[in-house]
Amino acid sequence: MNEFVERLIGLHWAEPKPAYDVVIVGGGGHGLATAYYLATRHGINNVCVLERAYIGGGNSGRNTTVIRANYGIPEAVRFYQHSVDLYQGLEEETERSVMHRAKGLLWLAHSEMGVRAERARAEVNTAFGAKTEFVSAQEVKEICPQIDLSGGGEWPVMGGSHYRAGATARHDRVVWAYAEGAMRCGVHVHQRTAVTGLLKDGDRVIGVKTDKGPIAASLVLSAVGGQVTTLASMAGLRLPIRSHPLQAFVTNHYGLEFDPIVASADLLFYASQTARGEMLMGAEIDRQPSYSYRSGHPFIQSCALRAMTLLPFLRNLKILRQWTGVCDMSPDYSPIMGFTGVDGFAITTGWGTWGFKGIPAGGEQMALLIASGEVPELIAPFALDRFARDRTLADRGSAGTH
Amino acid sequence: MSVRLHCPNCGDRPLEEFLHGEIPTVPSTIEDPDARDLDRAFMHSNIEGLTTERWFHAFGCRRWLTVVRDTRTDEVRGS
Repeated sequence: MNEFVERLIGLHWAEPKPAYDVVIVGGGGHGLATAYYLATRHGINNVCVLERAYIGGGNSGRNTTVIRANYGIPEAVRFYQHSVDLYQGLEEETERSVMHRAKGLLWLAHSEMGVRAERARAEVNTAFGAKTEFVSAQEVKEICPQIDLSGGGEWPVMGGSHYRAGATARHDRVVWAYAEGAMRCGVHVHQRTAVTGLLKDGDRVIGVKTDKGPIAASLVLSAVGGQVTTLASMAGLRLPIRSHPLQAFVTNHYGLEFDPIVASADLLFYASQTARGEMLMGAEIDRQPSYSYRSGHPFIQSCALRAMTLLPFLRNLKILRQWTGVCDMSPDYSPIMGFTGVDGFAITTGWGTWGFKGIPAGGEQMALLIASGEVPELIAPFALDRFARDRTLADRGSAGTH
Repeated sequence: MSVRLHCPNCGDRPLEEFLHGEIPTVPSTIEDPDARDLDRAFMHSNIEGLTTERWFHAFGCRRWLTVVRDTRTDEVRGS
């Protein structure tokens, strides 16, 4: 966010205090939503959010803004459906437009196996609260007339699962709505303040060192995207995380309406239309771990080829911009939320390529965890110790990016 | 990432011809055998900076090479 935008939004900056009850590291959606719900739901406003650059400048501003809950395992479907519900009420609650729009999400199948997978997805989703229907190829064509059902002769569309509540929202506005709401309740947000270390008393974390001086805290929450391994190692923790770049791009304006969000797990791409009329596309993560924001031609070449296989009209569009985010990938493709075993240090990470959709529920549940000191039932399965307990939540097929 | 890796057999080749391989390391400070198993199975050093890793020239000579790369910039410092 530049100075011009900062003036337009009701954000009130304060000088850092020497101590807070809760210090949240990372001024993205998850960090700011946690601060917002701490202040509005639990009356805890002696909270600060530290951001090394500007709020929403990391993955919160680099994702493809899809909101959905059609996951593959009950724990995830329940959690993300709660997030979808919170998103639906977000504009009313914060009194800010976040350009939320339900579009419906089509997940296409191109083989008998794919059809079975999408039928199973529809059943699991519906059973756990995220109503999803299996639709035939003909119905796919009715929902999205632009699709070439023959898939260029190689990837025939044999049906798909249709999640009607699938939506998009303007990601910057979500971040700003939470920031404004939190600040109105007295939460401090400090931009351009980098955390350089943790203050410790023995093994216990008692605050953070920043480039503007130390800040003491009863609890430090890491809501960092990207550099989470570095921060956790300062607390003496090893994380099951590898950070991979994920690229996306938009085309120039497409004159017709393209209503749904279309995804194909076999072809590995997803596409939707932005409010400006651009076609927005993304695909899989880069294979090598990296913290670089560099984007490259090989990605747009392969992703565009796959997208044009199903959506031939894309041929006539030009790519306007591409960008990269750094995703913290967990081994089971599910987020990691909760206490860490290190006193005074909690974490919300492993948001991989599914972080934006989880912002409201993640923030709300982390706030509940911090305020009550107990692990809420909804996020208990996502604890860091699930790997040691042999209770991983494998859901790779629902990430849509592998 | 339009990066080229130097393969000793094939010369400078586009990164897309290679597959990435991590060299798994369990810190020596972890002594308990169960904790070492857990770390080996799930944890990653995920280094921010210079990292030594293995790359497999899958769409080329099909040999492994060792590469030193800066994960902050993707700059290759030697192979």
